[in-house]
Amino acid sequence: MATIILLAPLIGALICGFGWRIIGERAGQIIATALVFLAAFLSWVIFLTFDGEMYRVVLLRWIESGSLGSEWAIRIDRLTAIMLVVVNSVSALVHLYSFGYMAHDDNWTEREHYRARFFAYLSFFTFAMLMLVTSDNLVQMFFGWEGVGVASYLLIGFYYKKPSANAAAIKAFVVNRVGDFGFALGIMALFFLTDSIRFDEVFAAAPALAETSIRFLWTDWNAANLIGVLLFIGAMGKSAQLGLHTWLPDAMEGPTPVSALIHAATMVTAGVFLVCRMSPVYEYAPSAMVMITVLGAATAFVAATIGLVQNDIKRVIAYSTMSQLGYMFVAAGVGVYSVAMFHLFTHAFFKAMLFLGAGSVIHATHHEQDMRNYGGLRKKIPYTFWAMMIGTLAITGVGIPLTHIGFAGFLSKDAVIESAFVGNQGAFWLLVVAAGMTSFYSWRLMFLTFYGSNRAGTVGHGHGHGHDDHHHEPHESPKVMLIPLGVLALGAMFSGMIWYSVFFGDEDKVRNWFGMDAAHHQAEEHAAAPVEGATAPAPSEGAVVSTEAAPVAGAATAVADVPAVATEEVATAEAAHTASVAPKGAIFIGPDNTVLHDAHYVPKWVKVSPFIAMVLGFALSWLFYIKNPSLPGRLAANQRPLYLFLLNKWYFDELYDWVFVRPAKWLGGFLWKRGDGAVIDGSINGVAMGLIPLLTRLAGRAQSGYVFHYAFAMVIGVVALITWLTLSGAQ
Amino acid sequence: MTAVDFNTILPEFLLAAFALGALMFGAYFGKDKTAATLVWATSGLFIALALFIGFGTEGERMAFGGLFTDDPFARFAKVIILVSAACVMVMAQDYMQRRDLLRFEFPILVTLAVIGMMVMVSAGDLMTLYMGLELQSLSLYVVAAMRRDSTKSSEAGLKYFVLGALSSGLFLYGASLAYGFAGTTQFAGILSTLGGDTPVGLTIGLVFMLAALAFKVSAAPFHMWTPDVYEGSPTPITAFFATAPKVAAMALIARLVHDAFGGIPGEWTQVLAALAVVSMFLGAIAAIGQRDIKRLMAYSSIAHMGYALVGLASGTAEGVQAMLIYMAIYVTMNVGTFAFILSMERDGRPITDIQSLNMFSKKEPLKALALLVLMFSLAGVPPMLGFFGKFYVLKAAVDAGMVWLAIAGAVASVIGAFYYLRIVFFIYFGKDGEPADSNMAPVQWLMMVGVAVIMVLGIVNLFGIEPVAALAAEALVR
Repeated sequence: MATIILLAPLIGALICGFGWRIIGERAGQIIATALVFLAAFLSWVIFLTFDGEMYRVVLLRWIESGSLGSEWAIRIDRLTAIMLVVVNSVSALVHLYSFGYMAHDDNWTEREHYRARFFAYLSFFTFAMLMLVTSDNLVQMFFGWEGVGVASYLLIGFYYKKPSANAAAIKAFVVNRVGDFGFALGIMALFFLTDSIRFDEVFAAAPALAETSIRFLWTDWNAANLIGVLLFIGAMGKSAQLGLHTWLPDAMEGPTPVSALIHAATMVTAGVFLVCRMSPVYEYAPSAMVMITVLGAATAFVAATIGLVQNDIKRVIAYSTMSQLGYMFVAAGVGVYSVAMFHLFTHAFFKAMLFLGAGSVIHATHHEQDMRNYGGLRKKIPYTFWAMMIGTLAITGVGIPLTHIGFAGFLSKDAVIESAFVGNQGAFWLLVVAAGMTSFYSWRLMFLTFYGSNRAGTVGHGHGHGHDDHHHEPHESPKVMLIPLGVLALGAMFSGMIWYSVFFGDEDKVRNWFGMDAAHHQAEEHAAAPVEGATAPAPSEGAVVSTEAAPVAGAATAVADVPAVATEEVATAEAAHTASVAPKGAIFIGPDNTVLHDAHYVPKWVKVSPFIAMVLGFALSWLFYIKNPSLPGRLAANQRPLYLFLLNKWYFDELYDWVFVRPAKWLGGFLWKRGDGAVIDGSINGVAMGLIPLLTRLAGRAQSGYVFHYAFAMVIGVVALITWLTLSGAQ
Repeated sequence: MTAVDFNTILPEFLLAAFALGALMFGAYFGKDKTAATLVWATSGLFIALALFIGFGTEGERMAFGGLFTDDPFARFAKVIILVSAACVMVMAQDYMQRRDLLRFEFPILVTLAVIGMMVMVSAGDLMTLYMGLELQSLSLYVVAAMRRDSTKSSEAGLKYFVLGALSSGLFLYGASLAYGFAGTTQFAGILSTLGGDTPVGLTIGLVFMLAALAFKVSAAPFHMWTPDVYEGSPTPITAFFATAPKVAAMALIARLVHDAFGGIPGEWTQVLAALAVVSMFLGAIAAIGQRDIKRLMAYSSIAHMGYALVGLASGTAEGVQAMLIYMAIYVTMNVGTFAFILSMERDGRPITDIQSLNMFSKKEPLKALALLVLMFSLAGVPPMLGFFGKFYVLKAAVDAGMVWLAIAGAVASVIGAFYYLRIVFFIYFGKDGEPADSNMAPVQWLMMVGVAVIMVLGIVNLFGIEPVAALAAEALVR
């Protein structure tokens, strides 16, 4: 079954991509879509029937070289099962949606066949993503990692006639290379230290890594931390974390279904998946975890601020995506991988829906993307409006405070924020503020698009084609586009509530669901280690009690202290233990990691805070865009530097241009003109066109044809040899 | 002469008897009319003997009290010599017949030269060595001047003879020095006197002998005769010069340095390395200026001998193995290339001008493709077999710690690639013009295309030559 899931999209891509000339474009599209739907259906079967025990399906032997060995294998555990569902469901719906969205496209003439190519790319992407999430070793994962990179490149640059699309595609590819370099280094470091790239063996060696140091660049590093950081750099690139994020907004040049599938629901979450997959290593890499938390929180905050002022509907959602990815990384960074996966899971539904909804709006307004040209669309495209409304409710986190009833985002985001409170106070505050801003820009999007009066044509057109060309009224999208919206809406509404307990709500269930050892079971094994389960009988009472007590009291300092104390105890316990078997389960939570447990005992004000931020954001947004629409303009005029700062995305692109691009161009030009042109070409040409012909002429002249010249040369040769040998060689 | 002695030299004895018999037969029964028959008969005998030597005997034998050795190394060399000589002869027959060059002495002289070569590679004594060397050389002087009415051919023969006499003199001088300091001419005896201080006279004797043998393999700076003789001799003779004698002389060098002077590798490895470097670069550089494909092949063979010497210069069994593989591949490539050169003509007259290959691909696509493969292989472009030959010798040098030698070889091969590729350029992208005709007898066509196919298919396992060469090298280097 897993094999079918993995290969169905590949077969679809091959048939659709190469076979459409034979079977026809439409048939190719249908086959590709049907195969992805098959994969999606089987993924749900696996997801719902999976019992938590990891198993492998080996497809082929791949590499055998010295101690480097790996197979093409499918690893099915809870993480994979979740990702299978996310990837295949969203992909299937996006395939379906694309029937409508790609039906007509101004970028192509009537006779050009672009649809089959588009579907083939989508299916190929799906295959590569599945390869990534089902991989059993790091190299196979890297294969999938690069595969999605290629697919992303192809799809961002799908409108290859547009220079901006090509530039965006190249940018995405190049920025991702930076991250991939880190990832590759991480893989090499792991192989260097553990002599294996198979997950099981790497995980088994993780405790030892924490006590190893490795020389890298200029100094010695703790191996686990270094590997954690390197792998996270890879994750940063793919998941657009601050620093390597600049490609994601530009990636919106691709067709909107692509944005929904790749740049919202699946590929960009690969980094989060990577961190969760490598949790057995990260649990021993505290510094790397801190870095992940800080960068994640900073990303969430920065992206949200930029999102406040963007005018392109897709860019707003793109920054929102980036911000939500930051949330996921914070969750992973503080050690609650299940919560990170939870947010990934729910986010996939509502963000894919927001994108598809935005696509529907764009489709309805004939490829207008500037929100300032929308307005009052609520009546004209009611289904899209309601879908977007559900998506907005989900992303802003609407629900009933202090209960577990609410939209998907309410449950998962609050889980992240509560965990952040336990793990890192700074991150907590950044996330709460970001939540308020999320609410603001999401509602801003809704208000500008669907409320007020239609402003079509009132704002100067940045776009190439003016509205004068087509005075069509906005129209509702066809059913193939609305059905995916409906399905995703269900997910956005209920996925949080249904799976709350297994991702976050109940620790025993979480452990069971992810196939981990129960908490008390671990306590028996690690006698000296502090225990997470509240009911577990633990010998080392002191540590446990204080761990328990601290969060309840809400004393942040105590929380920070206790793990530090516990770490020393664990270190000795681990040293004695030195288990050479991989920890059970899809994710691993170290014995001293109690965040998941403590997050349930945070003070009530913490639990309510994101809700309050959300309401504040909504109120401000309503004030700005419904009550008093002139206010934003005035504020922007008053605070012009701040406004420009945000509008220009914190000047990241300009900074990079100045720091990296220009010096690189200069260096490239220098090496090309001076280095390659003058030195290399010059010397090669000099030798090839000057020296060698000269020698050739000399040799030709020596070949005089006179026997005595030849004999002379022989005698000289003998004399030279003997002289040389007597001077140097003879002992 | 005991039975063992006789059994050991049976192939050489059979050939000698055949040569004398054939001479009688030719002289009394129709002279040159018998020549074609004799060519085929001789070739058949060569092949039969090659099979007999290759599969019929095993182990190591000494004959005539150590004068004559029969071991896997000698057998490997003999098989290559016999097969290549047979191939060249059947290739040549058609050409010589059409040009009215086919004398019945031709197969007989080749047979005598081959006997000389076989004695050379089996020599266990300086005297045997010299006897084989002279038998071979005298036969070759004569065939070089086969075309008696052509001044060029006569000039070639004469030059070869004069310079060959000089090299013989050098050899004899070196041998007498070696005898004077070692007290024996037997290889085993010389080897046993080594140890402790090597007398300087022995070293000088070795250098003289190596210089003489370098003349035979046309290694620079003892190469000067090669272009003139290659150009002046009739093309079939050139083809013969380029193949079997080179193998014999190269094997002889290996035999001499390892059997007689194996105890002092430090002395001769640097001589051989110096010869190798000079040959590789001179062959590569001087060939660039050539307009005549036969002269070009002469420089090509000089460069190739340089590479084979790189293998020997490493001084290890691996190096000898690499040299043997290289020589086998080299001979095969040359047979194919000369099969083509033999066929080049315009208006029925043989031509050897490189420019005449312009746009040859339009006229004869298959032959052009085969020639392309051969040129690539000669240049050492992977995956052709020629690349593996170079790879083995360079690897042997690196393994023996002579990295600089390997680097020099690689650089020289880059320079040398130029003139091979230029031929390919003429064939496929040259100026429009009247390309040469290629009038091939079936056997020539078979040789050329067959060799091209071998060059490509050899990538699989080099036709199993590697372990055989390793065995041969083991027998020599102990």
